[in-house]
Amino acid sequence: MAVNNEYKPGLHRWSILLAFCTLLLVVAGGLVTSRDAGLSVPDWPLSYGKLMPPMEGGILYEHGHRMVATTVGLLTIVSVIWLFRSERRRWLRWLGVIALIAVIVQGVLGGLTVLLLLPWWISTSHACLAQLFFSTTVAMALFTSRWWLRGPVPVEEDPKFPIRSLSLLAPICVLCQLALGAAARHKAIGSIYHISASPIVTGVILWVSLRILLHYAQNRELRLASTTLPGITFCQVFLGIAAYMSRIAYADAVQPMPLMVTFTVFHVAVGALTMAASVVLAILVHRNVPAPARAFADTRVSAVS
Amino acid sequence: MKRLPVAALLFFLLFLAACGNSTQPKTAAVANLPAAHVDPATAGSITGRVLFQGDHPMMPVIDMSSNPLCERAHHTPQKAETVVVNANGTLRNVFIWIKDGLPPARWTPPAESAKLDQNGCIYSPHVLGIMQGQQLEILNSDPVNHNVRAESQINPAWNESEPPRAEHKIKEFDSPEVMFPLTCSVHPWMRSYVAVSPHPFFAVTGDDGSFTLKGVPPGTYTIEAVHEKYGRKEGKLTLAPNGSATVDFAYGG
Repeated sequence: MAVNNEYKPGLHRWSILLAFCTLLLVVAGGLVTSRDAGLSVPDWPLSYGKLMPPMEGGILYEHGHRMVATTVGLLTIVSVIWLFRSERRRWLRWLGVIALIAVIVQGVLGGLTVLLLLPWWISTSHACLAQLFFSTTVAMALFTSRWWLRGPVPVEEDPKFPIRSLSLLAPICVLCQLALGAAARHKAIGSIYHISASPIVTGVILWVSLRILLHYAQNRELRLASTTLPGITFCQVFLGIAAYMSRIAYADAVQPMPLMVTFTVFHVAVGALTMAASVVLAILVHRNVPAPARAFADTRVSAVS
Repeated sequence: MKRLPVAALLFFLLFLAACGNSTQPKTAAVANLPAAHVDPATAGSITGRVLFQGDHPMMPVIDMSSNPLCERAHHTPQKAETVVVNANGTLRNVFIWIKDGLPPARWTPPAESAKLDQNGCIYSPHVLGIMQGQQLEILNSDPVNHNVRAESQINPAWNESEPPRAEHKIKEFDSPEVMFPLTCSVHPWMRSYVAVSPHPFFAVTGDDGSFTLKGVPPGTYTIEAVHEKYGRKEGKLTLAPNGSATVDFAYGG
C-alpha cells in the first residue's frame, strides 16, 4: 500500500463501518442497562464458562453486548494496522492508537463492572468512555474523508465574536451532561442533576451554533455542522423527556417495560450522536477558523509574497 | 474566554465528586457474646396479624415472553408478588422480628438449611427469614439458566450463575441484615427478599396474615414489621413469664 496523503476510499469506508458499529455498541450497552441485564452473566471474559452461552433472557443482551464489543475491538485493530500501513499523517496514526487503547480500557472496565457487581464509578466511567470512543471513531471517519483532504476554507475569527475556545465548551458540556446521565442511570446520583443541567447544555449548544450561524455562516462546513448539532440536540431533549415520563409511568413495574427501554436506549444513542456532532463542530471550527497568531502569520506571508 | 472550557470541566469534576455516594458495605461487629439460653418454664409467645387498609392494589402480570420455557411452566398468567393482600384483608410476605429488647447473646443457628427455589422463573418463597450463620440452600428447579445476586449492604454482596441441574448453591450470611433483595438479571422480574436475623424469633406472614413467635423469654420488646414496598413499622410490648402477648400492624395502600 502506498503511504501518502491521498484519499483512500477503503480506509474511509472502514472508518465509517467502525463508527457505525460503535454506535450499535452504544445501543447494545444501553439495552443491557435498561433491561437490568448487567449481571445476567456473572463471569468475564467467558460467559457461563463458554464462548457462546444460551442466549436467553438477559443473557441475550449482556452476551450480545460482549459480542458487538469484540467486533468493534477487532475493527479497531484493523483500522490501526491500516493507518500505520497507508496513512502519512502521523497524528492520525496516533489517534488510531489512542482509539485502540480506549477500546481495550473500555473492555476491561466492562469486565470489572461485572466482576465487582456494578460499582457506580466503574459503570459511569464505562458509559463515558463509550461516548468518547464513539466520538473518536467519528473523528477518524471525518479525517479520512475526501472532504477533509480537500483542505480548509479559512474564515477569519471575528474578535468581537470569538469562536475557537467557545466551540470547545459545547463538547465539554455535552460530556459532563452524559456523565451526569450515566451516573443517574447507575444510581450514583438522582436524575434531577441530569435534568437540571439539560437547559444549560442546550443553551450552550444554541449559543455556539447561533454564533457560528450569525457570524461565520459564509463557511459551508461550519454552517452545516452548526445546524446539525442543535437539530440532534432538540431530538435528544424530546427523547429525554419521553424517557423520564416513561420511567415515572412504569415506576411500579416489576420488570423493564418496552416503551421505557425504547425511549431510554434512543436517548443514550442520540446522546452519543450529540457528543459526536459537538466534537465534529469543534474540529471544524479549529480547522477553518485559524488562531489569531496563525492568521497574523498567514497575513504577513501573503503580504510579503 | 479561552479558560472557560477548562473552568467548566473542573467545576463539573468537583461537582461529580461531591455528588457521588459511597456504597461500601458496612462490616458487622463480631462480638464475643455469651451463649443464649431460654428457660422453657418462663418462655412465652408473641402473636399478631398484619392488616391491610384501603384499596387493594392490582399487581401487574409478569411478561415472561423473553424466555418461553419460563412461560410454559405456568398454566395461568403470573402476577407480581410485590403486594399480596389475602382474602381476609391481611398482608402476606411481611417479615416480623424482635428488633430490640433481647439481652445480648449468641444464638445458635438451626442445623437445617433454609431453602429458596427457582421454579417457573419465580422465587419461592418470596420473602425468606433466616438466622445469622444458618445455611441457605438455593435450588434451580427450572430448565433454564439463572443468576442469583445478593444485593446485600452489610453482608458481602455476590452474584453467581446457577445453570439447570446444577448442584444446589449453599450460602451463609454472617451479619444480621433485615432485609435485602435476591435478584436474577436473566429474568428481571425475579426478586425475593432475605432477612437475616441474629436470633430465632422471626416469622413471615402467610396466607392468613398472622404470625407467631414461640419460645420467647419474658421481657419488653420492640417488634418490627418489614414489607418490601410499604417499609417498616414498629410495635412495643411486654411479655410476662410463660405468657402471651399480641401486637397487630396495619399497612395502607
